[in-house]
Amino acid sequence: MFFTYLRRELRRRRRAALVVASGLALGIALVIVVTSVSSGMGKAQDKVLQSLYGLGTDMTVTKAAAPTADTSERPRFQFDAQDGDSDAEQSSDRVMVQGFQTLSTATVTEVGEQSGVSDAVGGLSLQVIKVNGQFTRGQFQQGEGGGQQGGPGGTGQPQGEVQGGGANFDVDNYSVFGTDVTEPALGPLTSSKITSGRTFKTTETNAEVAVVDSAYAKEKKLKAGSTVTIKSVKYSVIGIATADSGDAAANVYIPLTQAQTLSDSKDKVTTVYVRATDSQKIDSVKSAIQKNVSGTTVTTSADLADTVSGSLSTASSLATSVGKWLSVAVLVAAFLVAGLLTSSAVSRRVREFGTLKALGWKSGRVTGQVVGEAMVNGLLGGALGIALGLGGAYVVTAISPTLQAEMGGGTGGQGGPGGGFGGGRQAAARTLDVALTAPVSVTTVAVAVGLAVAGGLIAGAFGGWRASRLRPADALRRVE
Amino acid sequence: MYELRGVTKRYTRGKDTVHALAGVDLTIPDGDRLVIQGPTGGGKSTLLQMIGGLDRPSEGEVVLDGTDLAKLSEARLTKVRSENIGFVFQSFNLIPTLTAQENVETALVPLGVKAKERRERAAEALRSVGLGERLGHLPSEMSGGQQQRVAIARALVKQPKVLLADEPTGNLDEGMRDEIMDVLHTMWKEHGLTFIMVTHDSAIAKKAPRVATIRKGRITVKENAV
Repeated sequence: MFFTYLRRELRRRRRAALVVASGLALGIALVIVVTSVSSGMGKAQDKVLQSLYGLGTDMTVTKAAAPTADTSERPRFQFDAQDGDSDAEQSSDRVMVQGFQTLSTATVTEVGEQSGVSDAVGGLSLQVIKVNGQFTRGQFQQGEGGGQQGGPGGTGQPQGEVQGGGANFDVDNYSVFGTDVTEPALGPLTSSKITSGRTFKTTETNAEVAVVDSAYAKEKKLKAGSTVTIKSVKYSVIGIATADSGDAAANVYIPLTQAQTLSDSKDKVTTVYVRATDSQKIDSVKSAIQKNVSGTTVTTSADLADTVSGSLSTASSLATSVGKWLSVAVLVAAFLVAGLLTSSAVSRRVREFGTLKALGWKSGRVTGQVVGEAMVNGLLGGALGIALGLGGAYVVTAISPTLQAEMGGGTGGQGGPGGGFGGGRQAAARTLDVALTAPVSVTTVAVAVGLAVAGGLIAGAFGGWRASRLRPADALRRVE
Repeated sequence: MYELRGVTKRYTRGKDTVHALAGVDLTIPDGDRLVIQGPTGGGKSTLLQMIGGLDRPSEGEVVLDGTDLAKLSEARLTKVRSENIGFVFQSFNLIPTLTAQENVETALVPLGVKAKERRERAAEALRSVGLGERLGHLPSEMSGGQQQRVAIARALVKQPKVLLADEPTGNLDEGMRDEIMDVLHTMWKEHGLTFIMVTHDSAIAKKAPRVATIRKGRITVKENAV
């Protein structure tokens, strides 16, 4: 009788049932879409952070900011002018530590010994500026008079003017990262995949070998087996690395010792990459390092996330604030509408329920009938909402709107993300394009089902409460 | 047997107190056929509600077979209604979405009767009121007289001791009225029921062996020679 009665009542009040179910469906669909988009934002942000940090890195340690340096640290190039008829090219490169801030390798050991640190590895980030071209001297052309004229002061020098001469050169600016090849599981190279050749062997601590980022390799037409020359040292390209997302951490990766030699930074690193023993204790590890290793700046992924700006950040904020509150508002409204409609339906059925009570139906049975109807409405709304939500999430994933993440621009001593990349005063902004997806997890669907049940229960509670308070005498009074 | 002793029912409407029943004493033997008459607002329906255990008196006792309904818990009172008392209402009070057979079955649900037996007994009850061909019809597909027959079948399917009818012919034309009264009369005789009916209709009242008239909450009972 319960199911027959329930089925018939829902059929009779199709329109009201549809309104209740639609309201709940809208709320639930919004929750699913917002949750999945938020999850997609989180994944996009993780990708951005990983591209800078590398997988498995919980925080980086860089040297604390120093006052603005004087101009003596700027690279200087000196070229001799050639004769005008000489087409010989001259080349000069300068290798500089990124941000001019370094830490001693002893700091790496010191950081590694801190409580809660699982592993610490140093890396040296370099910037190479190579100037290559012709620098020719101007040629003296005698004046039309041809004779010797006394110049000012009567020097007796020939009269004429210098013509021609100048410079024709190009500047190549690229980044080099000195990686600790004995610790391949930590550091920026972990965010790239070797797509050609191989990565470093742990024995190649001072070998003249290099791994080149695929984008840079394409630009310079490099491949495994090619050679790159940095400051007159020829490095054999052993592999091509492709970043998992966005830009690679560096254009060229070489063993740490080689990088230190190139930049005259023996036993120096720019960044220490740290993995914590417990991801829940990152804050306490950060505090311990900052307290015990003086003169350092510790940047966790949470700090890093704060430096993300651009459309990814805006969309993420929208999803977490506006989206969340919109979902809550729609859900609350849907629950209220469902509750009020159910309650109103009970009011219209006072005589019906009163009659059933007069026939001997217990209050619990009548209430159960009302709650049952509301629950079915809730579940219908839930099913509809899940379908709508999945559809919405699918559309977002199918469109995959591209979001831009700008990181670390002008953050000064805090350093940009990744520490080594912008860990100093001249932190350069990096812009990464990330495709947004909206992955729907089982948990999200479970939450949606829970909401549907909750919606049904809330609506049922409204109606059931009214039905349970109904006195059978009302049935007869309505007849009068 | 019913024994009503000093039954009083007061309602408060704003600052005023209305005495719907003012100390009603009434004895209704088993198998009696009692008609209750009186002006609108006189307390007829209130008295029927007290007798049917749908409401409780402010004062007094409503004793059915030795049990004071006024003192029973809600659960016990519900049980008494489900087992012993059948109701027929002026507006039929059928569930609009259920068929005639399902409507009749609703009276057996609280008794815990299994679905199959419920269906059989409901069908039999409908046949006994001449609606054997209308088991699967919805109330909206039936005339007023047929709907009232369904209501009578619903009241009687559980074989109650008491049948209470509140103006059962109030919404019917004269032809239907006689038809329904014939059915009720037959059922009363066949089932040995105690039949208590509220009506405005003097023609019906004249045919009842006992007529109680209630005015301003006070009752007088008159015997008819039928």
